[in-house]
Amino acid sequence: MTIRIRFHADCEVLKGDFSMVRLENIEALKNLRISLVNSEYRPDRKTIKVCCGLPCSTLGSHEVADALQKEVSKLSQDIRVVRTGCQGLCQKGPLIKIEPEGYFYKKVSSDKAEDIISSATLSNIPVRELLYRDSFLDEPVLLQQEVPFYRKQLKVALRNTGNVDPFSLNDYIASGGYRATEKMFSSMSPDKVLEEVKKANLRGRGGAGFPAGVKWAHCKKAPGKIKLVIANGDEGDPGAFMDRSVMEGDPFSLLEGMLICAYAIDATYGFIYVRHEYPLAIKTLKEAIKQAEEAGLLGKNILGSNFDFYIKIKEGAGAFVCGESTSLVASLEGKRGFPSPRPPRLSEKGGGAWGYPSNLNNIETYACVPPIIENGADWFLNIGTESSPGTKVFSLAGKVRNTGLVEVPMGITLREIIFDIGGGIIGDKKFKAVQTGGPSGGCIPEQYLDLPVDFDSLSKVGSIMGSGGMVVMDEGNCMVDVAKFFLSFTQAESCGKCPPCRIGTYQMLQLLEKITSGHGEKGDIEKLERISGLVKRGSLCGLGQSAPNPVLTTIKYFRKEYEEHVYDKFCKANVCSIGAFWIDQEVCILCGLCKQVCAFDAIKETRKSFLIDRDYCTKCKACYNVCPVQAVKAVKPKYIQIEEEFEIPIESLEAVEIKSSMFLKDILQSKPYEIITINKERTIADAVELMSQKNVSGVFVVDEDRKLVNIFTERDIVRCLHKNISSKEPLSNLPERDITIFDPSTSISSAIAVATRKKIRHLPVVEKAEIKGMITYRDLVSYLLPEIAFTTIKKYQ
Amino acid sequence: MKVEEIDVDNEVGEVSEILSQNEKTKGILIHVLQQIQEDMGYLPDEVLRKLSKKLNIPLSEIYSVASFYKMFHFKPRGKKVVRVCLGTACYVRGSKKVLNMLENEFGIKSGDTTEDLTMTLETVGCVGCCGLAPVATINDNVVGEIIGNKKLEKLIDDIRE
Repeated sequence: MTIRIRFHADCEVLKGDFSMVRLENIEALKNLRISLVNSEYRPDRKTIKVCCGLPCSTLGSHEVADALQKEVSKLSQDIRVVRTGCQGLCQKGPLIKIEPEGYFYKKVSSDKAEDIISSATLSNIPVRELLYRDSFLDEPVLLQQEVPFYRKQLKVALRNTGNVDPFSLNDYIASGGYRATEKMFSSMSPDKVLEEVKKANLRGRGGAGFPAGVKWAHCKKAPGKIKLVIANGDEGDPGAFMDRSVMEGDPFSLLEGMLICAYAIDATYGFIYVRHEYPLAIKTLKEAIKQAEEAGLLGKNILGSNFDFYIKIKEGAGAFVCGESTSLVASLEGKRGFPSPRPPRLSEKGGGAWGYPSNLNNIETYACVPPIIENGADWFLNIGTESSPGTKVFSLAGKVRNTGLVEVPMGITLREIIFDIGGGIIGDKKFKAVQTGGPSGGCIPEQYLDLPVDFDSLSKVGSIMGSGGMVVMDEGNCMVDVAKFFLSFTQAESCGKCPPCRIGTYQMLQLLEKITSGHGEKGDIEKLERISGLVKRGSLCGLGQSAPNPVLTTIKYFRKEYEEHVYDKFCKANVCSIGAFWIDQEVCILCGLCKQVCAFDAIKETRKSFLIDRDYCTKCKACYNVCPVQAVKAVKPKYIQIEEEFEIPIESLEAVEIKSSMFLKDILQSKPYEIITINKERTIADAVELMSQKNVSGVFVVDEDRKLVNIFTERDIVRCLHKNISSKEPLSNLPERDITIFDPSTSISSAIAVATRKKIRHLPVVEKAEIKGMITYRDLVSYLLPEIAFTTIKKYQ
Repeated sequence: MKVEEIDVDNEVGEVSEILSQNEKTKGILIHVLQQIQEDMGYLPDEVLRKLSKKLNIPLSEIYSVASFYKMFHFKPRGKKVVRVCLGTACYVRGSKKVLNMLENEFGIKSGDTTEDLTMTLETVGCVGCCGLAPVATINDNVVGEIIGNKKLEKLIDDIRE
């Protein structure tokens, strides 16, 4: 399972790929593109694009690419094998796309290389078994854009990711890269560029959605000759990976976007701040910068325009708060990543890195810039909604069938993203909520599934667009637990500078711990809401201000769940270790795993079942997790109170188990028993006297050989009185009747069944004509009383 | 990276022309610390002292910066650094089970190193492989879809080998 992830630059084949002549002017760039498109990068050239994004690499896509290259080198055919960035559908990786046909293969393994090559060269019929199918029965889908996952997508920021080789500037140029730069240098003034971006209303993709054009203009206006351009690649939100995809899959887009920004605001220096968890992104970007510098697309006198722009990569060192603009700048300067109060804003004098006005945008925002310049603002405004034009990249994760990276036009509904693109919930479970915007965002419940997604609509329902993480949750997720998870993340990542965030998030986390561990009290939810408000208002930076969002939205939409935790001590999703655990005997297969796994000996074993002793149970859920048939169930404790009400000790419940499989002889043996008989020649009066003496309700009537002839019970006395039979009559004179005789090996349950049907209360037990004893209805009932209580518990469910 | 060989201007790059000496040395501090840690596995005290002299930054300030960031360590680390991803996607798919299992198996808590320095157990916010959740990394290798006992045992074997 462990797979060594290799970096592109490690591959021998690619090392010799690059040889770049410095491009002295725009004409040279144009000529280069034309020559590339006509030779190596001809659109009709057979190209096999192997996704080598991190997820696919983990699944072995480099081995696939190696195998393909080996196959190609055997042939004289003109086939290009490209290792691209992330193609999106990570779950079905490794992915392969065959151009120019556009065939789309999923889950490719290296032993399929031969088939792929021979199909591409000989028949041009796709390899059927590798094609995508929705389900086993469906017809396979040939082309990538016809796969449901891709059908509704529209790629702007990710236009090249997954299509070009991230280590080749030539590939980027051949697929239309640096066309925007051409246009900009040949026909646009910096102000014109700024105007275009402003007009396009490109809103910051990092989360807040502040218009990039306004920010740029603000920075341009700031006094001072030196300006900086910074790209925020500190993508710390758990569950978000779109920035990484751009940096790893299409680094030149980012460089070009930054170059355009620098030209517009007249900056000379740029920084890309990348978190250190992304070593491949750092490597790719370094290589990209090197190639761009060699080609004269970065550095001094770019394309002969007398414009200089340098880009340097700054590695983060593992601090979530550094994604916040002022902290990022502090980290850039080599200080502790503490945020600082605004104003001054970054774009103002004294606010940016080393006091120079700086323009900070997200990676995705910069990646959107080149197409806007190339195609014009009007083109961009046509996509998406009025207030939020363009597209947005979401990393779809959690409990959806197709996880991966999707880029969709703004205004698409959540339902379309989750059910059409994501393919619905795994295992056809019920959708519960979708969490957007990472730890700063909120949970959106089912009733808003048809909400069109853009910056404003999401904030209206209490969440944010954030960096675009989208984690889908089903009914198996506990919302209180989810809130606790996000809060524990922000609490741990709080830098500690301002007390509302440092102490407030800690207190909130403590409250959530208390609630999820079953110790919640009345008023806790209200307290949580109050502290959330205080943290929101009092914190210095975005981290603290947005940290309560997950808690607030889950309380808002799932208050009932919180109340269940606090008042009923019950977690519907069985995530929190509260509630009472109970084994459903009808489901239980008696495998005994629960008993093995229980560290506290709380699982009692009887001959026919397993039971949980709640006095010993610590609710660790080990049994719940291990049960292969889900027979261990969590229920609200009040449902089980009946046992406590009746004060039935666990031992007697165990006894019920044994008794229900017992026989009549067991009852007879279990208590001292005297067989009371009377000769059939004696009178009724004698029998009554005997019964009264012995305090029993029935006696055996026998003959001289002590053979059973009849039984005489209380009911017979009633009959005698009714029919006026004298008490002096001998018992043998009583009317003849059939008596039901039971064998000692009769099981109790069938004895009860017979007794009930025949309406008899006395069960003579006889074995081979020898009287063994009398069992009365009371004996049976007293035996079964605990079981009656036990079965009632089930009825309550 | 040898502390003596640090070339400040070269490390800073072109932007050095607009920065003061102090800003330059501070600016490369995090990068230099990263390099030291890459070579030695952690930040030994004596190296930091040398660095303080070389860059002319007070030792207290170096410690202040290094202790702020999660990636820096002041103690030796295990040969294999196992990071269990507790990102959202992994969390909802049960990465906590993986962490508990590893903690029990090696008798250490998250953040600790085994006594024989074979392995250091850590948690990480997100490694960006959400499609393969739950995920753990052993040094730089990613192990994905750790669901079920078989995969867990395999993971433990991989750590032990």
